Amino acid sequence: MYAFDYQRAKSVADAAAAFEKADDAAFLAGGQTLIPTLKQRLRQPSVVIDLGTLTELKGISVTQEAVIIGAGMTHAEVAASPEVAKAIPGLADLAAHIGDPQVRNRGTLGGSIANNDPAADYPGAVVALGATVHTSTRELSGEDFFTGMFETALAPGELVVKVSFPIPRRAAYAKFRNPASRYAIVGVMIAETASGIRVAVTGAGPGVFRVPEMEGALSQNFSIAAIRNIRIPADDLNADIHATAEYRAHLIGVMAERAISAIA
Amino acid sequence: MIDVALTVNGRAMTVSVEPRTLLVEVLREKLRLTGTHVGCDTSQCGACTVHLDGLSVKACTMLAVQAEGRSVTTIEGVAPDGVLHPMQAAFREHHGLQCGFCTPGMVMSALALVERNKNKPLTEEIIRSELEGNMCRCTGYAGIVASIAAGAKAMGAKVEG
Ligand SMILES: Cc1cc2nc3c(=O)[nH]c(=O)nc-3n(C[C@H](O)[C@H](O)[C@H](O)COP(=O)(O)OP(=O)(O)OC[C@H]3O[C@@H](n4cnc5c(N)ncnc54)[C@H](O)[C@@H]3O)c2cc1C
Ligand code: FES
Ligand code: FES
Repeated sequence: MYAFDYQRAKSVADAAAAFEKADDAAFLAGGQTLIPTLKQRLRQPSVVIDLGTLTELKGISVTQEAVIIGAGMTHAEVAASPEVAKAIPGLADLAAHIGDPQVRNRGTLGGSIANNDPAADYPGAVVALGATVHTSTRELSGEDFFTGMFETALAPGELVVKVSFPIPRRAAYAKFRNPASRYAIVGVMIAETASGIRVAVTGAGPGVFRVPEMEGALSQNFSIAAIRNIRIPADDLNADIHATAEYRAHLIGVMAERAISAIA
Repeated sequence: MIDVALTVNGRAMTVSVEPRTLLVEVLREKLRLTGTHVGCDTSQCGACTVHLDGLSVKACTMLAVQAEGRSVTTIEGVAPDGVLHPMQAAFREHHGLQCGFCTPGMVMSALALVERNKNKPLTEEIIRSELEGNMCRCTGYAGIVASIAAGAKAMGAKVEG
């Protein structure tokens, strides 16, 4: 690791101000992505601004319409929350299957979506549930927030503060995980929301994406049969040592069927 | 250098560290608590698992400065007076280790998973799925899973199967 200065943020405003002042700052949340990245010398921030003690980023609240989760909530906290499990069981289940227990005890919602790893789980939920990302300066839909592989609409120094997940009528997430890292080789979240059926795919492409053809078919008939003949083209999908693009395309159908059968 | 006030195995202390110093480096190199191992140094293997305020974490994936005001327990803190903890005794009894390199992390994860599941009966399935953050190159895990079930029972937990 290269050397860096360290600052413990006292508030969201303080964190943003410290970022502004520095040459090249990095926010630190759970560190489950940033610390490995620093160890590999893939980043060399002049200062690391620790968000770990910010109470403004903590907490879960539930209204009639939505579950609002602070960016600093760990995966374990979301997975163990009775409120989340009651309102959106599919979301609690997603959080419970991120990485391993130690990663879940440190890694956060905000860190996960800010990082926007193409194989991360949370982006699938943000897009499928039609969630709103509240940052330190504005509110964004998932489609506007996630802009590309490891890229988001966040401006330098802009923080994710919380995410508001509208409560769906039903939703489920199915993941074909990498057996070593547990990241999604393909993850599909299907939700029946107030604005219709939404199908979001993570892990398969350069970033999370929706499948309008499946959404249309499931709106007519919410069953496995309705999507069985839908073929996803492999052209723009990821290929690596774990899975070819064709295999990932196939898995989208399989994971979608598993998600449907969990809630049909 | 930054002063970090923390509690390690029940002892309050202040250590002076560089911002980039890892928690595991403080434990092993400054405090000479070498029971916490470094297997991969890439957040994969869990040999470095310790408890932070009672929750299992990978000490190689935490900066020491992030432990400010927190309480850390290492494998040394599990058996403070030299008498094996029932979980450690179960690992010895049930072939939970061969070379022993992964063992401190396995025991720390085992204790955390017993605590986390104290409101329901512990099953082999739970034990296996909650050991995902710990790797062992020797045993093939069967002995470890049996050890954790036996250790949990000895600790008074309800174990199924
Ligand atoms: C072994 C292992 C297995 C894993 N498996 C999975 C998996 O199965 N699925 C999955 O989805 N993820 C997985 N992860 C990643 C894990 O979920 C991370 O916790 C997550 O990607 C980053 O969250 P963090 O809180 O640790 O963020 P950090 O590592 O602290 O930060 C990550 C990035 O986000 C930025 N950031 C953090 N918080 C904010 C904020 N509030 N506002 C703006 N920017 C911010 C940081 O500056 C940094 O660039 C795994 C990680 C490990 C080590
Ligand atoms: S040494 Fe920390 S996870 Fe392997
Ligand atoms: S006993 Fe050798 S690595 Fe587990």
